[in-house]
Amino acid sequence: MAQDDHSGAELAAADSSHAAPEFAGSTGTAVVPYDAFENPGFEPHRPRVTDQDPRREKRAQRTVYTLFYLSVLGSVWAVAAYMLFPMESNNVDAVRLNNMFIGFGATLALLGIGFGAVHWGKSLMTSAESIDTRHPISTSEATQRGAVEVFRQADEESGFSRRTVIRNSLIGALLAFPLPAVVLFRGFAPQDELPVELLSHTMWKKGTRLALDPSGVAIKASDVTIGSAFHVIPEGLTDLEHGKLEEKAKAAVLLMRLEPDELNQTPERESWSYEGIVAYSKICTHVGCPVALYEQHTHHLLCPCHQSQFDVANHCKVIFGPAKRPLPQLPIAVDDEGYLIAQSDFTEPVGPSFWERN
Amino acid sequence: MSTASTRSPAPVKRSFTAEASEYVNDRTGLAIAIKGLGRKAFPDHWSFLLGEVALFSFIVILVSGTFLTFFFQASMAEVHYDGSYVPLKGVEMSVAMASTLDISFDIRGGLFVRQMHHWAALLFVAAIGLHMLRVFFTGAFRKPREINWVFGFTLFVLALGEGFTGYSLPDDLLSGNGLRIIDGLVKGIPLIGTWTSFLLFGGEFPGTVIVGRLYALHILLLPALLVALIGIHVVYVFIHKHTQFAGPGREPTNSVGPPILPIYAAKAGGFMFIIWGVISLIAALFTINPIWNYGPYDPSPVSAGTQPDWYIGFADGALRLIPPGWEFVLFDRTWSFNILVPLVVIGIFLLLVVAYPFIEAWVKGDTREHHIADRPRNAPTRTAIGAAGVTFYAALWAAASSDILATHFSLTMEGVIYALQAITVLGPFIAYFITKRVCIALQKKDREVVLHGYESGRIVKLPGGEFIEVHQPLDEYDRWRLVSYESYQPLMLRPNARGKITIGQRVRASLSRWFFEDRIAPVTQGELEASHSAHH
Repeated sequence: MAQDDHSGAELAAADSSHAAPEFAGSTGTAVVPYDAFENPGFEPHRPRVTDQDPRREKRAQRTVYTLFYLSVLGSVWAVAAYMLFPMESNNVDAVRLNNMFIGFGATLALLGIGFGAVHWGKSLMTSAESIDTRHPISTSEATQRGAVEVFRQADEESGFSRRTVIRNSLIGALLAFPLPAVVLFRGFAPQDELPVELLSHTMWKKGTRLALDPSGVAIKASDVTIGSAFHVIPEGLTDLEHGKLEEKAKAAVLLMRLEPDELNQTPERESWSYEGIVAYSKICTHVGCPVALYEQHTHHLLCPCHQSQFDVANHCKVIFGPAKRPLPQLPIAVDDEGYLIAQSDFTEPVGPSFWERN
Repeated sequence: MSTASTRSPAPVKRSFTAEASEYVNDRTGLAIAIKGLGRKAFPDHWSFLLGEVALFSFIVILVSGTFLTFFFQASMAEVHYDGSYVPLKGVEMSVAMASTLDISFDIRGGLFVRQMHHWAALLFVAAIGLHMLRVFFTGAFRKPREINWVFGFTLFVLALGEGFTGYSLPDDLLSGNGLRIIDGLVKGIPLIGTWTSFLLFGGEFPGTVIVGRLYALHILLLPALLVALIGIHVVYVFIHKHTQFAGPGREPTNSVGPPILPIYAAKAGGFMFIIWGVISLIAALFTINPIWNYGPYDPSPVSAGTQPDWYIGFADGALRLIPPGWEFVLFDRTWSFNILVPLVVIGIFLLLVVAYPFIEAWVKGDTREHHIADRPRNAPTRTAIGAAGVTFYAALWAAASSDILATHFSLTMEGVIYALQAITVLGPFIAYFITKRVCIALQKKDREVVLHGYESGRIVKLPGGEFIEVHQPLDEYDRWRLVSYESYQPLMLRPNARGKITIGQRVRASLSRWFFEDRIAPVTQGELEASHSAHH
């Protein structure tokens, strides 16, 4: 009879008759049928071919020791390969050969042992199975009561629950003592710098020339033909002694030239471009990858990391992907010598969004 | 008087092994461990090897990683590369990158060890994942193993941490971009994000300290935790004794399998060498993480189609699937839901994974120990939930390759993302329903086979001209494999002792109904007899 009756709060124990009594516990909503099949016991042992046929046994034995000897051969070969395949010739092929032949030797050494041991275990070692008895994981009731008693006694002798003032003051002290260690982590970053401050400014300032990445050669407006795109850094970045990568991670810019009538510029930003030449931050506003892929026909920029797409013709607003904000625009102009220069720094922080941004 | 002479009346000749073990035992008392564990039965099934694959690849990682530490220098100081790899000669890069190149191009066998380390790491995480799936789908997380499931889950998270920190060490273009993404992610966390990133990188991204910090985590803190937890995890496998599948002679109260010494030792030990050999073969033949092709980290360039190591893919994919515009300015602060949502969703997903054993135990109210592994079909709802989880994970994972999918199959980038968004949301439901129906159908088939026998392939023509296929009854051993499981039924809501129905009980009852309202009970003896008498 499958049982259908369960109390709400405490589940009635089902008739767990055929489970071993030592594993008794609540069966919960398990259905234990009264006429379930009985375990038929172990199947009769079936001997392996190596148990019955001495020639097969011999062959298995040969296979096993051959594999072990092959392993020795592999080890020797790996050592030999170390010497036979030098790689000091500045030649990538030599590295490949060194890697491959040492690897083949090691592989043979390892697989020889592995397959040999498994084959030995499966075909030659006596195949009788062990049968262990499981005991409940929990200790006996008496031991458990004993443990509880230990705690009770310790509590009584120390007065941990009784002397509440002492206890609470100890808890307070234990909560407070790690705090200095936590504070030490402030030293992970320089004391005299503030992240928001740093994130809000880049190396660009009024008059900084736009230079080619990575050469650092300044760019003339006349070099930028229609349809072209340049990877740009501020002039002087390559000469920095310190913080080159940090500055570059904020100041990297993409420079593109479109037909001026293809640009839909807002009136306040019309002066930020020069004859269809526009400069936008290259650092994605999603999580900061370089937005390095420019599709000339559609004027779309694509971030290769998470596929955000930006429309250069419309102030780099997001047209697809997880980014929200347009790429910040760098206002540019041309100096007396015809070089492209920045009118100012970016007017907003570049790169990924952060909490205090705005 | 020496102990040896009191203990045994000095046999004429004693083997070296006997002498040696007595020497050790007199000083350590280790014989008790050998006697207790040496002949322990270890149940056999191919799927039980997955955890071993993880363990054995971890050993490769430890050994190869130790070798690498002798050469790798975790410094971000700038140098001009002056090693053997000609195309990069004179290029400015960090010491970390240069020393990684030296390991690859100037130390014989160095590339081999580096590639073993990386391949073994990929295999390690994969084996842990598959091992978790095995444990999940066979219900091997049930009492008394719930806590070991939590340990195992923690190991999985630690392995991901090890993977990511290791991936970031060479300071090449790819790993730098990976760190850039982490920086962006961290900055998107409300309130603490900006400062967390600032402290993590020791100032502005990328700074000059992150590689050294990750190195400390990678070779000290995380491995120490991993080794300790692996130890505990395996000790508990011994204490609990391994689960076994139902079979003739296998009872909830026994554990049947080859003894540890010698057969299990030979097979598992041999298997260990096979795993090592396979990793070695892969390292000999297949390049992994060719940093010399990527070059040193520079915040400006990036190549299209770059992929993280596979196990980070699901997180990267989650970022890609967020539709445009999920970022708002509220109360003068920036709320980056395009970052928060993936983080929270993945967090909830992982939380459900680690909590599942406790949820299922609560729903069932079953407090017995379970040592017989379920066949997945016999727990249809659990199996279906697992399939839904796998589908969800797979969709996120696929999304990490959305650009590769688009270019390889000539699809639009947008189309791939839309499709994967749909799969992420709908796929789990579809997978759930299909899996549950398939499980129930398989259970019905099992019943059918037990009651009416299996198709023998023998066609017999009856005197009346009718053709039938003879069905052969199962022998008792095969039958036992199909009938020895328990089914559960939905919990009936009843007021408790104080005459109340609590909200907890309502939730539990509805979960229980969801789990168990479609249930197929195993065939009983009575049913089999009834079906036989109906036939004759």
